Amino acid sequence: MKVVLRNPRRELDVPAPRTVEHLLRDLDVLPESVLVIRNDTLVTRDEPLVEADVVELRPVVSGGSG
Amino acid sequence: MKCRRCRAPAVIDIRRHNAAFCTDCFVHHCREQVRRTIDHFHMIEPGERVLVAVSGGKDSLGLWALLRELGYDADGLYVGLGIGEYSDSSGQYARDFANARGWKLLEVDLPAEYGFDVPEGSRAAKRAPCSACGLSKRHLFNAAALSHGYDVLATGHNLDDEAAVLFGNVLRWETGYLGRQHPVLPAAPGFARKVKPLVRLGERELAAYCVLTGIDYIIEECPMAVGNRHLGYKEVLNALEERSPGSKASFVSRFWDNAHARFAEDAAEERDDLAPCTECGAPTPSEVCAFCRLRARAGARHIPLTEVQLTEELR
Repeated sequence: MKVVLRNPRRELDVPAPRTVEHLLRDLDVLPESVLVIRNDTLVTRDEPLVEADVVELRPVVSGGSG
Repeated sequence: MKCRRCRAPAVIDIRRHNAAFCTDCFVHHCREQVRRTIDHFHMIEPGERVLVAVSGGKDSLGLWALLRELGYDADGLYVGLGIGEYSDSSGQYARDFANARGWKLLEVDLPAEYGFDVPEGSRAAKRAPCSACGLSKRHLFNAAALSHGYDVLATGHNLDDEAAVLFGNVLRWETGYLGRQHPVLPAAPGFARKVKPLVRLGERELAAYCVLTGIDYIIEECPMAVGNRHLGYKEVLNALEERSPGSKASFVSRFWDNAHARFAEDAAEERDDLAPCTECGAPTPSEVCAFCRLRARAGARHIPLTEVQLTEELR
């Protein structure tokens, strides 16, 4: 599957199938720090991902204090 | 996962609530969290005019939308900080958001109206960029709220922001800052009332709220903020949250319930020592306030507060 990362924008090819939770763990990404968006839809941690999926890991952590 | 309220397929899970929600129920959850926060802390009375400090990011645009959904008379204020393309882009997100809804957006441009930008101010004053930025925003937000007659100034500080600031204040035992760290700072001479209605929502929830309600916000991080101390605190706290969900919310809410009052006296003493800045009239513990000193060091021209020109646009 294709995984799109931000700041800076880049793409990774990651083997599937695996769940969202496994994907984040394998990429060493804290679940609290991102939204996971598959094909323009938010998905929960238990969601299975397949080879054809395009998954965006959108960062949610802002550097300013508001 | 199924939605906790309606059992439909969920789109977001929130571990600290041990819950997941579908789109409609998640939007309801966000609205309820903000409504309860406003009521609990007596932030805004019916009929009051609210000025929302907007940056083009998820928190401030989400806050503005949530306040309007809850029926508040809320306008926006965008401050251009002169941070290159980032400011150009963030300002456009704020304008597009306001335009699309026909909501009133006030604008202040730091370089055009005060003669310096955040990178220049940071270099001249030898302050960290985020320090110069925060100082400028606090001054300009407050000045705009007062000069335009708003009852309340609302900012998009969320649960993660409050936890990170509290963490930093405790690490250095900044007792005055701890006494001022509260969801509501009452109005005082020279100060508008300041409220933080998002303190019960995490930044992941705010981002999800924007995605699910179609709010287009700037995703890119401010280039000046990369690697700052605040981000480091958030990383530590998110690692803790992963091990122990609910830690951030407990840290912040129990501080307000059990500890804040113990530091309030220190903050009150600091406030008692304030007098009007000889340059602009804003309250300050010094002869000249920090914003006017920053402006002077950046070599900018003097513009008294009474001459602040705000560009008001009904979009």
